[in-house]
Amino acid sequence: MDKTVKYYPAGSLEDYYVQMGRVVHIEGQEIAVFRTTSGELYALDNRSPHPKGGPLAEGMVSGHFIYDPLYDWKIDLRDGLVQAPDHGEVQTHQVLIEEGTVSIGMNSRHEQGIGT
Amino acid sequence: MKADKEKLIVIGNGMAGISTVEQILKLSGSYDITVFGSEPHPNYNRIMLSYVLEGSKTINDIILNDLNWYEDHGIKLYTDTTVARIDSVTRRVITEDGASMPYDKAIIATGSSPLILPIPGCDKQGVVGFRNIEDCNQMIEAARSYRSAAVIGGGLLGLEAAKGLVSLGMQVTVVHLMEDLMERQLDHQAALMLKDELERQGIGFAMEKKTTELIGGKRVEGLRFSDGTELACDFVVMAAGIKPNTSVAKASGIAVKRGIVVDDFMRTSMHHVYAVGECNEHRGVCYGLVAPLFEQGNVLAKHICGVATQPYEGSIVSTKLKISGVDVFSAGEFIEGPMHTVIAAQNDWKHTYKKILLQDGKIAGAVLFGDVTEAAPLQKLVKEHALMTDDIYNEIMGGGCCGSSGAKKSLSVETMASEEIVCGCNGVTKQMIVEAITEQGLTTVEEIKACTGATRSCGGCKPVVEQILQYVLGDGFQSESKQGICGCTKLSRDEIVAEIRGKGLKTIREVMNVLEWSHPEGCSKCRPALNYYLGMVYPAEHEDEKASRFVNERLHANIQKDGTYTVVPRMYGGVTTPEDLKRIADVSLKYDVKVVKVTGGQRLDLIGVKKEDLPKVWEELDMPSGYAYAKSLRTVKTCVGSQFCRFGTQDSMAMGALLERKFERLDFPAKFKMAVNGCPRNCAESCTKDIGIVGNDGGWEIFVGGNGGIKPRIADSFCKVKTDQELVDICGAVIQLYRETGKYLERTSEWVERMGLEAIQAAVLEDEEQRMQLLDRNNFALQQVEEPWSQVLRQNGTRRVMYGEVIGDAPHNQLEV
Repeated sequence: MDKTVKYYPAGSLEDYYVQMGRVVHIEGQEIAVFRTTSGELYALDNRSPHPKGGPLAEGMVSGHFIYDPLYDWKIDLRDGLVQAPDHGEVQTHQVLIEEGTVSIGMNSRHEQGIGT
Repeated sequence: MKADKEKLIVIGNGMAGISTVEQILKLSGSYDITVFGSEPHPNYNRIMLSYVLEGSKTINDIILNDLNWYEDHGIKLYTDTTVARIDSVTRRVITEDGASMPYDKAIIATGSSPLILPIPGCDKQGVVGFRNIEDCNQMIEAARSYRSAAVIGGGLLGLEAAKGLVSLGMQVTVVHLMEDLMERQLDHQAALMLKDELERQGIGFAMEKKTTELIGGKRVEGLRFSDGTELACDFVVMAAGIKPNTSVAKASGIAVKRGIVVDDFMRTSMHHVYAVGECNEHRGVCYGLVAPLFEQGNVLAKHICGVATQPYEGSIVSTKLKISGVDVFSAGEFIEGPMHTVIAAQNDWKHTYKKILLQDGKIAGAVLFGDVTEAAPLQKLVKEHALMTDDIYNEIMGGGCCGSSGAKKSLSVETMASEEIVCGCNGVTKQMIVEAITEQGLTTVEEIKACTGATRSCGGCKPVVEQILQYVLGDGFQSESKQGICGCTKLSRDEIVAEIRGKGLKTIREVMNVLEWSHPEGCSKCRPALNYYLGMVYPAEHEDEKASRFVNERLHANIQKDGTYTVVPRMYGGVTTPEDLKRIADVSLKYDVKVVKVTGGQRLDLIGVKKEDLPKVWEELDMPSGYAYAKSLRTVKTCVGSQFCRFGTQDSMAMGALLERKFERLDFPAKFKMAVNGCPRNCAESCTKDIGIVGNDGGWEIFVGGNGGIKPRIADSFCKVKTDQELVDICGAVIQLYRETGKYLERTSEWVERMGLEAIQAAVLEDEEQRMQLLDRNNFALQQVEEPWSQVLRQNGTRRVMYGEVIGDAPHNQLEV
């Protein structure tokens, strides 16, 4: 299926500290953007898949994983998958870094569900 | 694709049905599974309802399988749907609203309901059972509007309900028909001790009373007993027992006695239909506890999947009461008869009681009160009817002399059957744990927890999991203290700190590199620990690594479940001023603080501040951080003391403020609380503080290692001093020793137990040179600290990036993917 992705500029790389997360507001949605030690940025919906919810942006970053700040769930930043023994998935978004400018890619239809 | 799968319908979405389904999923993928549940919720842990009532857990906390789980496993779930009957001719299950669905096999797992006594008035408003989330909500609701409650039934469920209602602020009387509470699980002596303890916790009792009528108008106003007396109350919980839910079976023509009659493979009288859990009756017994349903579910799952299995031959039940501070346990036979040999030990000082019954030299049953550490091995021994030996006797009844624990541990787990469930909350068997150890090379309880889920919920099975580890690994087992601090390393705290000092390691990255961490950037356990150790070893040089601080310490505020934060300004010694209060009120209004709460440590907590508002709130409060979020000195609680109190012998407010100013902002292994009292009446509760100080006419007495939290411990008397200077010095030396030898997250209550009080006294009191060195290092570390809120306000970059959010611009391009 064709999906249209819109890219929203969200500051420069310096706006993101290494091994930290930050909230970006895009069209009423909160996106958590993390910068890893190796210099990549990852964007996920800022909502924990834990049944009690809560934010993700304040989690502890280790490699390409975060430990969520409220319940210590380990989540892979690359695919949004929660690591065993917990289960769940967070919607991820693409990130472009062009000449130091960061853009977050959002599907034009804001699907929250898990794809089939 | 699914057409060739057999259709399995499970009637009942509770623990029995779903744990059976989980077992089936592990064994076979050949079923297309549909689950019907009458309640609107996914499967939850019914045995934890008392915690929901008590307020220590929410309903979400006790959900065992959320809706995603059903989806992930391709299970169709119909909540809020009650099944009416099963038609064996058409092989369809028919719901109450007339829908029907074909099955190849069906499992009835409808559980049980509270027995509502059929007495006049039982249908009045304000009368409930205690069995599900709805009941629980009704009770919480009632506690808001009504004051007094009666609980009919002094069994397990009744007592848990009563305790829950007391926690909710109601005045509760438990009405019990018999002379002893929990007479089906406890003997007379244990029941007496239990009643004493519960009375201490605020529950009232009306014993040997038979309720004959519920009186009142539309709503219940009281109970009338058979002796003509009455008890006024405006809420009644019926907890006089449970009855199996058998209506589906009855309507389908399946044989039912008290419960749905099943054989040793859970087969009912209807072909292809099974019943599991509290709704059934096996060999004349209806169970009302969790362990049997797991055992039945295991047998049923294997049978249904065509895997060879032993028949189910009944369970030996054991009981644990889930009321904090009340530990009781019983298993097997607990009332002595002429055929029994009784071993009993009663300790009225420690409030403990232990009894073992032997029949023909074999262990037939046991009761424990107060100290239930032997519960797991005893349960095992009772189940196996083990022959009592000197070894077992010494283990269970012995005076706890050291050196014998190893023998005990191998004893109980070695003989445990592979099928036996070790973790009742998550249904993990011994075999699953053994396989995890042997096949995946796991060596720690933590790893087993991550892999199998065992010990994850209530943690009660941790000792058994440890024993299994020890048994399987033999010499390869390293006791907890020798294990690595987390899954990233095999090194212990002491080894790591020694390497940091010895090799001069300066950053977390360096420690992980040199000491060969298995995960290059560590985990949420080791990173904050290493940051602490580095700061402790190099107070001046170490640059705090924010990315390795837990969110609260990184942002200097406590994160709440909705992502807002709390702000607690410093109030030295718990003393504030009208000016400060005014400012707190103004700021709270301006920033729309949701709740202003007085904390247990005599502070004001501004709850519900948005992250981006935190720096502004601090700026306008213009008060130092109260460190309510930190592994650091939280509060020094004080009583009024000699400035005003007629009993006061020392100026506790001034001393509290002095100590708080002196030791604030320093990093500790864990949070640290102090209290100063002006006299031995101890109004500021020194006995539950890390350091508690009690003034007397000639000076001060210092207590250490107290804790009022998850594992309460009364502080040990450390020493008495005459002057204020001595007091401050000894506090400083103890604090520094704790900072230098404590494991990260280890409270002083655990630290004192591990080090031994005498060893700490020897280092601080007897060796004056060592005390001076400790004090020097403590003072040096104290010179390095800085007020964190004003620091953030000065650093524009930090303030913007750490607290501010980014607003995305309008989209600039579109790509087809």
